[in-house]
Amino acid sequence: MRLTSTYFYEVFWKRFRRNRFAVAGGVVVLLLFVLSLLAPYITPFDPDAIDAYNVLLPPSSAHWFGTDELGRDVFTRVIFGAKISLKVGFVAVGIAVLIGTVIGLVSGFYGGWIDDVFMRFVDIMLCFPTFFLILAVIAMLEPSIWYIMIIIGLTGWMGVARLVRAEVLSIRELDYVMAARALGASDLRIIFRHILPNAMSPVLVSATLGVAGAILTESALSFLGIGVQPPTPSWGNILTSGKDYIEFAWWLSLFPGLAILVTVLSYNLLGEGIRDTLDPRLGR
Amino acid sequence: MLSYLLKRLLMMIPLLFGITIITFVVIHLAPGEPVEMQVAMNPKVSAQARQRMREFYGLDKPLHVQYVTWVARMAKLDFGRSFAPDNRPVTDKIKERIPVTLSLNIIALILEFGLAIPIGILAAVHRDTLLDKGITIFVFLGFAVPTFWLALLLMYLFGVKLSWLPISGLHSLGSEGFSPFRWLWDMAKHLILPISVAAFGSLAGLSRYMRSNMLDVIRQDYIITARAKGLSERTVIYRHALRNALLPVITLLGFSLPGLIGGSVIFETIFAIPGMGQLFYMGVMARDYPLVMGILVIGAFLTLVGNLLADISYALADPRIRHGQR
Repeated sequence: MRLTSTYFYEVFWKRFRRNRFAVAGGVVVLLLFVLSLLAPYITPFDPDAIDAYNVLLPPSSAHWFGTDELGRDVFTRVIFGAKISLKVGFVAVGIAVLIGTVIGLVSGFYGGWIDDVFMRFVDIMLCFPTFFLILAVIAMLEPSIWYIMIIIGLTGWMGVARLVRAEVLSIRELDYVMAARALGASDLRIIFRHILPNAMSPVLVSATLGVAGAILTESALSFLGIGVQPPTPSWGNILTSGKDYIEFAWWLSLFPGLAILVTVLSYNLLGEGIRDTLDPRLGR
Repeated sequence: MLSYLLKRLLMMIPLLFGITIITFVVIHLAPGEPVEMQVAMNPKVSAQARQRMREFYGLDKPLHVQYVTWVARMAKLDFGRSFAPDNRPVTDKIKERIPVTLSLNIIALILEFGLAIPIGILAAVHRDTLLDKGITIFVFLGFAVPTFWLALLLMYLFGVKLSWLPISGLHSLGSEGFSPFRWLWDMAKHLILPISVAAFGSLAGLSRYMRSNMLDVIRQDYIITARAKGLSERTVIYRHALRNALLPVITLLGFSLPGLIGGSVIFETIFAIPGMGQLFYMGVMARDYPLVMGILVIGAFLTLVGNLLADISYALADPRIRHGQR
């Protein structure tokens, strides 16, 4: 058992390494984590320090990304914003993966009317324009970053549920599951011990891509003013002032947007890379 | 075909009910009562008036009764009255906004499919060449660009820097006096940026999808046969392969609808376009519950219809489904 799993990782890594784009994506994702953890040590500025004498300065050697309408350093706010975005991405996707996996497992394993009910529920949820649903719920709650993560998670599990269900349907029929059942293993043990580990690889891919999606959604919500609330910096709400000052301060719009672009791009490259590595037939 | 259509229509009924239930639950799980919100903005409302309002909206009744009356009224296309100061029926408000959003999205869809299909074919046919790699890079960038940021950049470039295009609204001031041609031209100029942004949103995914469909089809035996017969590459690709590669794309038409409608909130807010997205955003901000519920249901309903149309056109295009052997 031990031997086979290390062998799996070795082969995985060997194949993954050949995909230069995916490796680059992975490196940038790692860098972003380091950057957001070390944010207070990287920049000499306080993200919330208002400086009335240095308002809307263009990029310079002191302020790499310029300053905003309150004289705050945009570079500092972008780095601190990375932390929020990564947190939202991870927690939201964690919730979505958890719900989707459980529903997919139960649906695929038991089949019958349980499957019918869950899959119709998935169909119904997929009918709603997700962004409408998120907006409606979030605007009714008090603004809080936790609500944002939860709501993005609660509206994003359907794809995972379908993926897991499809995997379970094929794994369920394999001989080793029959063997486990013949040995008298309980449903729970079969589901979590024998089926789940083998159904997870497509979930890993969709989770990686999901982080990118959640970051995009959060930034759009913050941009519309109902996501992360100022003064807490997030890429979306910096862009809100970018819009207000678009005629005088292009740097307010350019840099936070680039940050989103690079982050989302890296997660997508990483996710696609994992997919190609796990299943070389796909994607080509 | 008829039995397929009937089955497909019957399947919509439970979905419709599900949509109304989820909308209802979502709105009523929220803390605070709709009337409280309306009252909070106007402290002069007395306790008596508050009670009258609760009765008027039926909020004093148990939840399941409220749900049933709400659905029954909706069946008659009555979504109640907006909580906004104008107090107009929600149906009227939505009715004047839907054409804007729908026509914008339909033009965007046409543009999107018109661009994505050739791009996907090009990438597939010239697979692994520099062209394909360039398209792949473009696709990945397209996936990662936040639409509202793209909108901002375009506004800055074409609106502020070059001042070629207007950046907000549908018409210029005083456009009522324009000649019909000039009026149309004025509106077209207002629409260029929003439509480009809306179309760009899913261009990347769609062209990627088209490429992989095309690659799947090209590998099949009948394509090899067609080549072996000595048909020209053009005929093979455009007459034999394209049709089958296009099939799955049809279903995507329906699926892309919720994304487009959802995305309309963003670009309509940015470009100040009086459509459903903007109405929804304003409704949400003012906690105008009847309006929000109405738009949620209609948005989901439009998606349902989109999926139905996609399935029907798929069935029309694919005899295997038309004749009921799935």
